[in-house]
Amino acid sequence: MALSREEVEHIAELAKLALTEEEKALYAEQLSAILDYFRKLQEVDTSDIPPTATVLPIRNVFRPDEPGEPMPRELLLQNAPAQADGCFQVQPILE
Amino acid sequence: MAPYEWTIHETLEHLRRGEISAVEVTEAYLRRIEALDPILHAYLTVTPDLALAQAREADERWAAWRRDPTMPLPPLNGIPLAIKDVICVRGVRCTCGSRILENFVPPYEATAVARLREAGAVFLGKTNTDEFAMGSSTENSAFGPTRNPWDVERVPGGSSGGSAAAVAADLCAGALGTDTGGSVRQPAALCGVVGLKPTYGRVSRYGLVAYGSSLDQIGPITKDVRDAALLLQWIAGPDPQDATSWPAPVPDYTRALIPDLKGMRVGVPPEYFIPGMQPEVEAAVREAIEVLAELGAEVIEVSLPHTAYALPTYYMIAPAEASANLARYDGVKYGLRIQGETIWDTYRLTRGRGFGPEVKRRIMLGTYALSAGYYDAYYLKAQKVRTLIRRDFEQAFEKADVIVCPTSPTTAFRLGERTADPLQMYLADIFTITANLAGICGISIPCGFDNQGLPIGLQILGPALGEEKILRVAYAYEQATPWHHRRPPLTAATSPGGPSGAGEPPA
Repeated sequence: MALSREEVEHIAELAKLALTEEEKALYAEQLSAILDYFRKLQEVDTSDIPPTATVLPIRNVFRPDEPGEPMPRELLLQNAPAQADGCFQVQPILE
Repeated sequence: MAPYEWTIHETLEHLRRGEISAVEVTEAYLRRIEALDPILHAYLTVTPDLALAQAREADERWAAWRRDPTMPLPPLNGIPLAIKDVICVRGVRCTCGSRILENFVPPYEATAVARLREAGAVFLGKTNTDEFAMGSSTENSAFGPTRNPWDVERVPGGSSGGSAAAVAADLCAGALGTDTGGSVRQPAALCGVVGLKPTYGRVSRYGLVAYGSSLDQIGPITKDVRDAALLLQWIAGPDPQDATSWPAPVPDYTRALIPDLKGMRVGVPPEYFIPGMQPEVEAAVREAIEVLAELGAEVIEVSLPHTAYALPTYYMIAPAEASANLARYDGVKYGLRIQGETIWDTYRLTRGRGFGPEVKRRIMLGTYALSAGYYDAYYLKAQKVRTLIRRDFEQAFEKADVIVCPTSPTTAFRLGERTADPLQMYLADIFTITANLAGICGISIPCGFDNQGLPIGLQILGPALGEEKILRVAYAYEQATPWHHRRPPLTAATSPGGPSGAGEPPA
């Protein structure tokens, strides 16, 4: 199946990726080829087959809810692209 | 024999006898890195200050132990190791091979790394990787590819290509890699070293930058099988910081290292010998199977009928998980930020320019597979086929203790040969991804060379928590064959003629 340019733009918007015009054209072509290849999966009869989300035989790992020592604020902020007053600084999200 | 040529267990023996100090061993590796890494580009960051400080501490512990042998001595005291640059070492830059994390310095440490530190290891640096471990050749690193020590015009495999090349070229005594679809085993095969992917959950993923969370596993890359057992011993085991770590005790893996295979049933799946694979690879693996029989194993045929569906299943599930995991790179708390007019523009620009082509391709693919209207047809379908692939293995392991097959359908390919066609690149993982989908363990060991002198890998797969079985078979085979003694014909004069990489990230 061929992905249209509009579909590529829609996916890029969902993924919050700014793409160049060349990238849009390239991904439309490459993703179409990959998705075509994936159609092979439709050959497999999976009726009554449950999905595997994890291979582990364990479910629900509990621990006592006890407060621990938090990481120091300065350490957490050391990688921030922008900070102010001991907080991460971002642009306004509300108009 | 130069100190950098020793295995981990040989190095420990020399250190124990007091013939050399940990500082001297570390300096030998640092000098070799300085001489050869400009050619190979196995490392993204070398940490000589950290390494020498750790080596000095190790020497103090050796001295204390010599004065009083009742003093506790950590098991890897003074062993210089390399860590793939998707695994956090506290205070050392962790780039994940990506521009988006070019200057990220983790304030915490991966559990596997912390355990090696407690075991007395020395950290030489962080090794090159495909961006966020997405790739099969290490060509997707934003900082330029690593070159294969056996032929510098060829790829080392990937994504742990830096770790595998570093071990093969004696730029470290051993290394950690990560394996989401074969990224420990395939580069180990292409570089002629040993690479072990533990059972999913056997090694804590805490501090490993997430790619495909239901598939990711940290594993050792080493010069021989005993070394793989030694490293696995200390990184394996449950971890309160990782709810998906397997709550089972860790056996003494070195006890599995016995040189015969009496009573072992070795399964050979015809689905792993396919048209189009390199004839020398098939021949070497078939010869290896004969050696296993001579060592006392019973060789039987087993069938894994859904093998042909593993590749599309993997390349649906892994990108879907990746698209969710990589949503965190938004330029707010860490990493690159490219400011736009609005916060939304900032997200788009930061991610659009910070991620490289393969990462964006997989995010797009995964986002599509998880998006409204396509979830059932793609993602859920792949998860159901994953169940069938798991069942194939469960049934096969009722008849066989281990399964043997090639690690990769070809030996190392040329730089640039597959970069234009993503599907062609994905085929490099065709024999390794099934173990990740099924959550089982596997190891790749050298089993010969093709007529160009490039190494061939034998893959030994075991059931969940079957690490002792694969180690036993790998060890018996290794001890009966000469392959692990061969080293690449590498000197500082070796110079690549191909295009140079994108350059080093700034220190």
